[in-house]
Amino acid sequence: MKGKAEMNVEKKMKKTMIALAGNPNSGKTTVFNSMTGGRQHVGNWPGVTVEKKEGMFTHDTHEITVVDLPGIYSLTAYSIDERIARDFLLREKPNAVVVVIDASNLERNLYLVTQLLELGSNVILDLNMMDMVKSKGVDIDTLKLSAVLGVPVIETVAHKGEGIELLKQAIIEISVEKADSFRIDYDQDIEDQIETLQNAVTLPGYPSRWVAIKLLEGDAEILKRVKDSNAESVILESQAKLERHLDYDLETALVERRYAFLSGLVKESTRKILDLMDRLDISDRIDRILVNRYLGIPIFLAMMWLVFQLVFTLGAPLADGIDSFMVWFGEAVSSGITGMKGPQWLSSLLSDGIIGGVGSVLVFLPNIMLLFLAIAILEASGYMARGAFVTDRFMHALGLHGKSFIPMLLGFGCNIPGIMATRTLESEKDRILTILVNPLMSCSARLPIYVLFAGAFFSRNQGLVIFSLYLMGIVLAIVVARIFKGVFFKGEVAPLIMELPPYRLPTIKGVLIHMWERSSLFLRKAGTIIFLGVVLIWFLASLPLGAEYASEQSVIGKLGLLFAPLLKPAGFGSWQAGVALLFGVLAKEVVVGTLGTLYGVQEAGLTSVIQTQFTALSAYAFMVMALVYIPCIAAIATIKRETNWKWTGLAVGYSLVLGWGLAVLIYQIGALFMALK
Amino acid sequence: MPLSMVRPGQRVRIAEIRGGRGLIGKFTHMGFYPGVEIEVISNRPGPLIVSRGGVKLGLGYGMANRILVSLIP
Repeated sequence: MKGKAEMNVEKKMKKTMIALAGNPNSGKTTVFNSMTGGRQHVGNWPGVTVEKKEGMFTHDTHEITVVDLPGIYSLTAYSIDERIARDFLLREKPNAVVVVIDASNLERNLYLVTQLLELGSNVILDLNMMDMVKSKGVDIDTLKLSAVLGVPVIETVAHKGEGIELLKQAIIEISVEKADSFRIDYDQDIEDQIETLQNAVTLPGYPSRWVAIKLLEGDAEILKRVKDSNAESVILESQAKLERHLDYDLETALVERRYAFLSGLVKESTRKILDLMDRLDISDRIDRILVNRYLGIPIFLAMMWLVFQLVFTLGAPLADGIDSFMVWFGEAVSSGITGMKGPQWLSSLLSDGIIGGVGSVLVFLPNIMLLFLAIAILEASGYMARGAFVTDRFMHALGLHGKSFIPMLLGFGCNIPGIMATRTLESEKDRILTILVNPLMSCSARLPIYVLFAGAFFSRNQGLVIFSLYLMGIVLAIVVARIFKGVFFKGEVAPLIMELPPYRLPTIKGVLIHMWERSSLFLRKAGTIIFLGVVLIWFLASLPLGAEYASEQSVIGKLGLLFAPLLKPAGFGSWQAGVALLFGVLAKEVVVGTLGTLYGVQEAGLTSVIQTQFTALSAYAFMVMALVYIPCIAAIATIKRETNWKWTGLAVGYSLVLGWGLAVLIYQIGALFMALK
Repeated sequence: MPLSMVRPGQRVRIAEIRGGRGLIGKFTHMGFYPGVEIEVISNRPGPLIVSRGGVKLGLGYGMANRILVSLIP
């Protein structure tokens, strides 16, 4: 019966798949969100770590799956994003492709449309941000655009939801009836060679004219597919013939023809009502100030200061709230189990292990969410791209790339999104280097360790001491980056080319969605790796049976004893310190809590215990160790996912050696000075 | 002359782009290729920003030296 009912629904609902394409900053994500609402699914494209977003909506009797392609400028195979989009369109053959276009920037945005049309896609043009166009005093003749390109054209203002219903309607209509075919006429010379190649080469599943054009452009991937040596000679001959006629290379010539066509089309289909375009663009005016030679860097630093103020000042009371809740919750569960005469071990596992452990991580959620909120606002407003430019020179001096700046900044919140954000770097070398030094950015999880130790030993200069640790992380990142650059990544840093999107007022919805996407990664980490980690620790701290929880006799205590001699030269050779650092590998947040458990005191009493167990010098050495020694397990897992075992091994190895070496060095040199005094 | 030497506010025509295939390709497909007229919005010692018909690109240190341009009076 049930099966029959489902069949009925399927019969009624017609399933369609469409793709959403567009330039970065065209408002594609906003269109995607307002079309699909909350019905979204985020995954990865096969084989790569670029995010794949899918959403769904229903309209009349149609059920439509929307696949959000990466933001791209063209369909070359130069970047991962463009290759993904191209492969998807060729292999999955979506019923239609909606191209979202920033209508205030027609010509460059339409370039992608010509590429899609040449690929034979069933295109719908979505002229987005029509409000901006109108405010600029420009009138776009959509009928003309539609007639010349042979595709439906819909006007939308996605952040207000305007035009989205019309867009949905157009999707349904076009998936029933295919649009006319379209071609750009290149010059006769080029057209002749296209024809020659079309006759000589066939690639199953690819439109022949498109293959011919790509071969002329010298597209590496298509050339590789056409291995037939006979065809290869035809290709070379065609390319040679044409390049003799042209002043410059063939690829440029083809691009030029497309732009020439588009520039004509844009001229014919737009009309300036007022002469507003000529006045200095408001974005230009803001840029003259924000990236100004003298003001650029001070403004940038002020922005960053504001971000950190927001994160830490606003985050602290929220974090305290979560902390109190977790303590209460742990006690409630524990007494609940005792009340029901449940076993003691279960109460301990739940309250000490799971709630205590995961809770110590969740405490950082407000800080992390606020940081991601700030970053989402900076991104949506258009400032982030400028930040990359202001810091480009400085980053270059470090052997890094201007785009490395965003991952590094994120690293101060949590290294995991920082490492993931390196995906925007085009060069693999730059990307891996940025990943390797990212854990040196002192993430918010390390702060409680500093607060505890600096408070216990340097109460008068607490701020300065903590600042010195953040600074040390940055300096170490510079040194390590320089060394790795010389050893593993010789050669120049890839030059930076980045579009500077116009300044825009961020929308609340867009910013919140973005913040949530990143924060949920952190939550997932708390729910999986850290959960398993704390359970494991609990077992190690509880076994063997009969040993007191987390005492010297427990398995974890014995492990701590094993490591203690190694840490002695750094001034903290107690088994408790060893265990705390071991636990810290699971999550740096755990170090303070572990010390509390091991010394058998609440956090309030911890300060006085630590004052008897450490000296000011060994406390500083311990903080340095905690800063550098090893990325947490979730960061290690992320590095592995983004690179391979080799680089992951290096990241773990160098930080361990560096952290230990520095701690020993600081302690020994310090001790020497003390003795001299 | 290299683009890195051009003063802000000046209009120039791209003459040649030196660099690897991937680099030129990306730049070209974004509408910046030999023969195109561009305007320099900002330059040294700050970042180099060029625009072409409303599209603004920031070029990093290093990239600007690879683009040769001629001044448009």
